Amino acid sequence: MAQQQIKFYQVGSFAVGNRLLDPEQRTVQSRPERSNTLTSGHRACQGCGEALGARYVLDAAMRATGGRLIAANATGCLEVFSTPYPESSWQLPWLHSLFGNAPAVASGIAAALKAKGRTDIRVIGQGGDGGTMDIGFACLSGMFERNDDVLYVCYDNEAYMNTGVQRSSATPPAARTANTKPVGAEPGNPFGQGKSAPLIAMAHEIPYVATATVAELHDLEYKIERAMALRGARYVHVFVPCPLGWGCPSSETIRIARLAKETGIFPVFEAEHGEVVGVSKIRRQVPVQEYLRLQRRYAHLFGDPPRTDVIAQIQTRADRNIRRFGLLDEEAA
Amino acid sequence: MFQVRIHGRGGQGVVTAAELLSVAAFSEGRHAQAFPTFGSERTGAPVTAFCRIDDREIRLREPISEPDALIVQDPTLLHQIDLFAGLGEDGYLLINTGRTFAELGLDDLVDRMRLERILTVPATEIARRQLGRPLPNAALLGSFAAFTRVVSLDSVAAAITEKFAGEIGKKNVAAAQAAHAFAEERLKVPARA
Amino acid sequence: MRRQLEGSVAVAEAVTRCRPEVVSAYPISPQTHIVEGVSDLIRTGELEGCEYLMVESEFAAMSAAIGASAAGARAYTATASQGLLYMVEALYNAAGLGLPIVMTVANRAIGAPINIWNDHSDSMSQRDSGWIQLYAESNQEAVDLHVQAFKLAEEVSLPVMVCMDGFVLTHAYEAVDVPTQAQVDAFLPPFEPRQVLDPEDPVTIGAMVGPEAFTEVRYLMHAKQMQALDVVPEIASEFAAAFGRTSGGLLRSYRSADAETIVVALGSVLGTIEEVVDELREQGVKIGALGVKCFRPYPLDEVRAALSQATRVVVLEKAFAVGVGAIVGQNVRLALSGLPVEFHDVVGGLGGRAITRRSLHRLLAEVLEGRLEPGRLTFLDLDHALVERELRRTRDHRRSGPHAENILRDLGVVAAGSH
Repeated sequence: MAQQQIKFYQVGSFAVGNRLLDPEQRTVQSRPERSNTLTSGHRACQGCGEALGARYVLDAAMRATGGRLIAANATGCLEVFSTPYPESSWQLPWLHSLFGNAPAVASGIAAALKAKGRTDIRVIGQGGDGGTMDIGFACLSGMFERNDDVLYVCYDNEAYMNTGVQRSSATPPAARTANTKPVGAEPGNPFGQGKSAPLIAMAHEIPYVATATVAELHDLEYKIERAMALRGARYVHVFVPCPLGWGCPSSETIRIARLAKETGIFPVFEAEHGEVVGVSKIRRQVPVQEYLRLQRRYAHLFGDPPRTDVIAQIQTRADRNIRRFGLLDEEAA
Repeated sequence: MFQVRIHGRGGQGVVTAAELLSVAAFSEGRHAQAFPTFGSERTGAPVTAFCRIDDREIRLREPISEPDALIVQDPTLLHQIDLFAGLGEDGYLLINTGRTFAELGLDDLVDRMRLERILTVPATEIARRQLGRPLPNAALLGSFAAFTRVVSLDSVAAAITEKFAGEIGKKNVAAAQAAHAFAEERLKVPARA
Repeated sequence: MRRQLEGSVAVAEAVTRCRPEVVSAYPISPQTHIVEGVSDLIRTGELEGCEYLMVESEFAAMSAAIGASAAGARAYTATASQGLLYMVEALYNAAGLGLPIVMTVANRAIGAPINIWNDHSDSMSQRDSGWIQLYAESNQEAVDLHVQAFKLAEEVSLPVMVCMDGFVLTHAYEAVDVPTQAQVDAFLPPFEPRQVLDPEDPVTIGAMVGPEAFTEVRYLMHAKQMQALDVVPEIASEFAAAFGRTSGGLLRSYRSADAETIVVALGSVLGTIEEVVDELREQGVKIGALGVKCFRPYPLDEVRAALSQATRVVVLEKAFAVGVGAIVGQNVRLALSGLPVEFHDVVGGLGGRAITRRSLHRLLAEVLEGRLEPGRLTFLDLDHALVERELRRTRDHRRSGPHAENILRDLGVVAAGSH
């Protein structure tokens, strides 16, 4: 009997039902012919949301572009764990330049392809929250403003993880990081203004902005596919839990991502040219405690005495998101 | 080598004047170098530009401290800056003004200089008539040509036309011609008064 | 054909004829006319197939050039001074990745205090970045060096910066022969990258290299630059053959074959130095000049050969290493180590202060008459009294105020009283 090598890939719980779905509706991840752009052997932590997110995003992008894709990657966890010298787990042309310039590098690649008349080849820029929202912010804004033909994906694990979990502008209030320890009157990260990269992207009126999480594979793949069907500057912000940095079990990554959405803490939506065109509704609003409790970075809120005041503030923000984006399913409300 | 220093204010075309002069000299088969001193780009600030003309390659890269000719495009600079530094007794002095040297308080200076090498020209007025705008640089170059004979009026006109196309070029050339004629007239009777 | 035009415009024309495919532009004095010129030539259609990216900072300008070059496009940008510093991280990245980007540096001083005029502190601060550094003496040479630079960069797979003195050259009108498109096409073939981001043949560029191999990778960069010491003169010869004039190369000697005293310098000041050399020669002084055209890689052997017969060497440079002394001087000493040469390090022209014939004559008189102590760093035309007064102020008062304001006030540039 002829032997056939089969490689078994882990796919998300949602995909399990794929064999019952119409083949056309199956996820990219469920297909054996998927690019596996970020192939196995990389050095990410067990349960890494970013590795999962990157694989989902890039495989979807490769399918959408027929494999004609170039990636520019910022310095950060993804870059480091995917290219442990002397190996690389990337199966597409991939360039890592610096921490703060991934959007500009991507713009340069897109310009080169345009100059050569090869706009059939598409460009993806990617980085973490630090590289995207802090040090790379000026370059990101420049890329948006010029409407360069780049899809930029931010994998948001809400801190500078690769350097040891330091606070970034994406770190949520009250969260513990290495430099926002839970000591003093205001434990954890201060309650600041926050910095919503998706809303700022929308303010640039670019063709497409979307948020997504690793909990909803179909939704994420759809958004990447949609983004790749468009031209110009596009931005996708993916919520990716970090078991190490957040202090949660590596088996809970997807569940925590789902809870982020279901509490209203992380709104999932799509926007085009500065206007929201679709939201992913919350089926059943979950109180923020259920999300916070699972993560040791919030453990200080559940101490003795518990910081119910802080939790209430977080709840208020979640409620505001729900109102602002219309996240609740009216029937369920 | 013939060294020209031009003084004026930002927005009056001082830098352009030096450039046009260099182009005119170049068109006559000579070597020429023109460059400005710089402040930030600000209208009204004092600007100095330089032009060297020679029959061999010009290698010097320094401001002109001993000009053979001085052009003052804006007389309001006269008692504010030491415009005349390095100008020798045999130098040429051309001032854009409708007044006389005496009226400008420059008697002491011009007394030492050669009568046929000093000249005042109301270039702004001439420019206003020909161009409709108080931009005296082309006119001054026309006078300069008549006065020093370092470049010809034709070369100046050609340089102007090369830089400014159409009507603007023509009017600037007209201003240069008018100022050239004015200078030639004046030089017949060198005036000190 | 020779034309009388502004240096920046000539360079813009030359660059466009090299057929760059991506130009990233961010304005800074005194380079603005160059990027504006390139933009115009693209808009009028003289340069086709080129994307002009108006980026949000110099850091973005170099980053975009990195992306473009890695994707196989001929990439170009221009900057100066603060802009060069702002892109330093990217400069090292480009050199480390071996991307053949060409950049014009319109040499300008670095602040604080802010100063827009010419000196070499900007490019000198990046002499160790791994970029090849070429210095133009005139606008003709600036034009020619850009054409050579693209060829050089692509040949050795290293980025090249062409340095031309800001304002002094960029804004000077003089006669330049800008090569025609046909001439440039014959000299400079299309870019054939050694590494390229290509979906048909994916590669990973820019991965981390650990202690096991970092030394070797860095050594290779040094080796490549050293190889360039052969390529630079080769390309200069090819250029001379194709265009009928000498431009670039490693060094240029002027009347120094039998010179006892040789003045060494970079850039446009060489023109003034040559005038002074001629004047002194007329007086019977055996003096010559040495222009360093290629500062990185440093032509150590060639410098030694050019200077070894001299009794005295005067290095005149437009930058210095704070707390140490000369930069170019130090490199020249390296070349002359072991030789009994009387050495003078002179710093001049900082922040746009003109180096005049008069100053040079004064300086050289002091040198020739033995009144200038060798081996010490001399600041040309330094106003010692001014400096002394400021030092005294800082000794006498704790809150002595900003140096710049105090000195300017002393000079009468800033009004002493309140308004």
